Amino acid sequence: MRLIKQLLALAALVPGLAFAQAPIKVGIANDLSGPFAALGAEARDGFNLAIKELGGKLGGKPAEFLQTDMGGNPDQARQLVNRYIQRDKIDFFTGPIGSNVALAVGPTLFAAKIPYLSNNPGPSQFAGAQCNDYWFGVSYQNDAFHEAAGKVAADRGFKNMVIMAPDYPAGKDALNGFKRGYKAPVGQEVYTKLGQIDYAAELAQLRDAKPEAVYIFLPGGMGINFIKQFVSAGLNKSIKIVGPGFSGDEDVIRAVGEPMLGMFNTAQWAHDLDNAQNKKFVAAFRKEYNNRTPSVYAAQAYDVIMAIDAAVKATKGNVADRPAVLAALKKADFASVRGPFTYGINNFPIQPYYLRVIEKNAQGQITNKLVGKVFDSYQDVYVGQCKK
Amino acid sequence: MSSTLIAEQLLNGLQFGLMLFLIAAGLTLVFGILDILNVAHGSLYMAGAYVAAQTMQVTQSFVAAVVVAAVVTGLVGLVLELVLIRKLVIRDHLAQVLGTFAVILIANDVIKMIWGPAPMMMSMPPALSGPVQLTPDLMYPAYRLLIIAVGLAAALGLYLFVTRTRAGVLVRAGASNRQMATLMGVRVPLLFLGVFVLGAMLAALAGALLGPVTAIQTGMGEQILILVLVCIVIGGIGSMRGAFVGALLVGFVDTAGRAFLPSLLKLFFSPAVASSVGPTLAALSIYILMAVVLVFRPSGLFPARG
Amino acid sequence: MMRKLFTATNMSVLGLVLLLVFPLIAPALNLDFYVSFVRRVLIFALAATSLNFILGYGGMVALGHAAFFGAGAYVVAMLSVQGISQALIAWPVAMLVAGALALVIGMISLRTRGVYFIMITLAFAQMVFYLFISLRQYGGEDGLNLKGPSLFPGLNLADDRTFYYVVLVVVLACLWWLNRLINARFGQALQGIRENESRMEALGYPVFRIKLLAFVIAGVMAGLAGALLASHNQFVSPSLMHWTASANLIIMVIVGGIGLRYGGLVGAAVMLWLEEVLRLYTDYWHLPLGVLLLAIVLFAPRGLAGMFKRSAAR
Repeated sequence: MRLIKQLLALAALVPGLAFAQAPIKVGIANDLSGPFAALGAEARDGFNLAIKELGGKLGGKPAEFLQTDMGGNPDQARQLVNRYIQRDKIDFFTGPIGSNVALAVGPTLFAAKIPYLSNNPGPSQFAGAQCNDYWFGVSYQNDAFHEAAGKVAADRGFKNMVIMAPDYPAGKDALNGFKRGYKAPVGQEVYTKLGQIDYAAELAQLRDAKPEAVYIFLPGGMGINFIKQFVSAGLNKSIKIVGPGFSGDEDVIRAVGEPMLGMFNTAQWAHDLDNAQNKKFVAAFRKEYNNRTPSVYAAQAYDVIMAIDAAVKATKGNVADRPAVLAALKKADFASVRGPFTYGINNFPIQPYYLRVIEKNAQGQITNKLVGKVFDSYQDVYVGQCKK
Repeated sequence: MSSTLIAEQLLNGLQFGLMLFLIAAGLTLVFGILDILNVAHGSLYMAGAYVAAQTMQVTQSFVAAVVVAAVVTGLVGLVLELVLIRKLVIRDHLAQVLGTFAVILIANDVIKMIWGPAPMMMSMPPALSGPVQLTPDLMYPAYRLLIIAVGLAAALGLYLFVTRTRAGVLVRAGASNRQMATLMGVRVPLLFLGVFVLGAMLAALAGALLGPVTAIQTGMGEQILILVLVCIVIGGIGSMRGAFVGALLVGFVDTAGRAFLPSLLKLFFSPAVASSVGPTLAALSIYILMAVVLVFRPSGLFPARG
Repeated sequence: MMRKLFTATNMSVLGLVLLLVFPLIAPALNLDFYVSFVRRVLIFALAATSLNFILGYGGMVALGHAAFFGAGAYVVAMLSVQGISQALIAWPVAMLVAGALALVIGMISLRTRGVYFIMITLAFAQMVFYLFISLRQYGGEDGLNLKGPSLFPGLNLADDRTFYYVVLVVVLACLWWLNRLINARFGQALQGIRENESRMEALGYPVFRIKLLAFVIAGVMAGLAGALLASHNQFVSPSLMHWTASANLIIMVIVGGIGLRYGGLVGAAVMLWLEEVLRLYTDYWHLPLGVLLLAIVLFAPRGLAGMFKRSAAR
């Protein structure tokens, strides 16, 4: 059994030995089964669009994009990253949707001197005490959306707020972030069960508390369940919903529909953001994927590939010179779909955050509309803890 | 804590319990009659939800969605019984669990291949999408009242079926003594097929009914299956009465845990402790309930089988 | 003549030899990555074998075994974060904690029978899972990174190959010990209980205590496997204790061969390898796994190792 396995492994390796000039390898750990499957699929579509536009090349040089599903499981992801590093010898890494996976694989990649560009998670650990030169939080730092939402709620004068998240560290971080942005005491802080399906009990409490608005951080299916039930209880008539961008993005809208109308959400990007690169991206995405509007996950994934492309171009394909690659990546000198931005010393972006609201557009479709800017140039609060 | 809130939470517990009962009923029926623990029951529930959502998107009719879901899932159940369940019925429980677990793995990927990984949308029927004024103080979602009504109707219907109709009597005969029933002319395999299909249709009904208020995505079956298993274990596997009582208990305890536990803890402990321990205890509450019941009644509250 | 060549004993010897020389020849074949892969297989083989002990030999269908596996892993991680990285301290403590957990869970669960036992072990595993998720200071849902490689007197565990041999020795020792236990009076009594519990009781055997002891031994072994995994991955996460992890362990045992000496080892090797390979070719890799499991359940109930064993001797 084991002998056959080893022979097969050997056979699978042979094609890899044939290249004269080794192509630049990007290891992508996709999230296509497991808790973030829907979001991982969006990200993959974003990756593939970028790869297609670049003709499968990076900086004009031949490139190979290895994509494997690790199902949102940190243990599997560790396995995969080990294989990418030891067997495939990747030069760049990206892919995971969840912070837990990022935290699990990050240290291994940093130790192996492989730049990890994040297409979604921005854990506070990597922004602060565990900051590293090989990490690039290309998208955002996790707390940012929550703080922006807090500021929105404060600006709009929502009183007696109820804030809700699942009972796990990211949930607690989310509500802490919100409170920082809100700068005032909240009415009630409610923690739900991870993976909870029925929110009737919490909705009854909500009705009893009579807040002007509720802030929810309920990623994935949890948010979908909650919003459907919230509207069914008639609470949307008297209570506004505010959420971070990922709770109100195109993928959730497609799953929930009408009940989402009127929801405020914050993000660093909106599909109707007015810059040339974004217009091009959204149009190309719609054309490629059956007129579907991209979500923030697709946009972030697209940006990551483009960022790598720019860095490879800047170093003229000499990716073995890691310091040069890092310097090039740090410049963020590429046309991002969210507009230009710079990195802080912890390699997290300093960028504007926008307010979006879910409305029906001119064609009668339910989608996000950009309505304002919350922060002009926001930097995360953990940068002070990063000692480099 | 107003009395309105308490009343609303009681209704919530009832509704959640009946929601679980709809799914538990099919599972316990199949176990009670065929003596097989079909963990793929959750996948049948999922199939029902997906088919209902798809039908709803095409026809905009909720009734059509429910009917089509029940019929299609019933057919799937038919095929499943003939191809697999039949062979597992004679095996031990471990083989049954593993065999049906394999079905879960296959079903999740098949659903993903047909509908993709993104959650499906199922809109609520407009007539039921708002709240109803129950008392001057209490407004309750109309849709949840529908779930309560359907749950109670299903419970009553199943009770009448099993105790009053000829088919029901045959089903019980086939369960308690297969050989005797066969000798007396009852076509046991056909009976089992019928029961399994009925179970599948019940699961589909639950899926279609819950579609508008839950996330319709792959893996939804397993999420709810755990809760349903706890219900039927507490109630006694194989007993319809047990499933009903177990489901209601779980519904109430879980709702009460989430609604009242954090506040209760605040009376005794500091807010910081209460807000960190409270949700954890609430999440564990139904498992603790199950462990406690099993310590005193190792076969559940109303054991149907030894 | 082929029959004579492929006897169970010859296969075991071949397997052992391959396991011993593999890390030495791997660099020459450009298979360095697979050293840590095989190490991972060995660790899961230990966990699966510990489950096989109570499942195959004891007839106890425990659907919560991952709780002990995960607990062992977490103990090592938590100790590491507190500054204790000595393997000779961390691993035994992990085994102790897992054993204590198994004692408590076993005392309550073993009072139930059949399907109820399956369910209650599942419930306890869920409780442990939710408990660890809520532990904010130890990472919660995000999991926990270890502070560094485990320290072993005289050996550098940071070196892939050295650690491989340490794991190999530990796992083989445990497998050998469990095997002896199975053939000893205790093991024979356990199998007797699996066959006919009431008869054993009538014969005067302390059935509950035997089952409990077996359950605890299995828990301790699983805890050790978890400890090794924590040192191997340098990371732990609550997903190690999710009920699907328990289900995966059971699947390994079934696929490998329930109640057979190498069932855990073969099962772990096959399942982990399949997962690796299938993922390279398709995103829908659950489907072939499901089909394989179904095939085994329906057509090869004695698992893959069972296909090599012609005799009734187990």
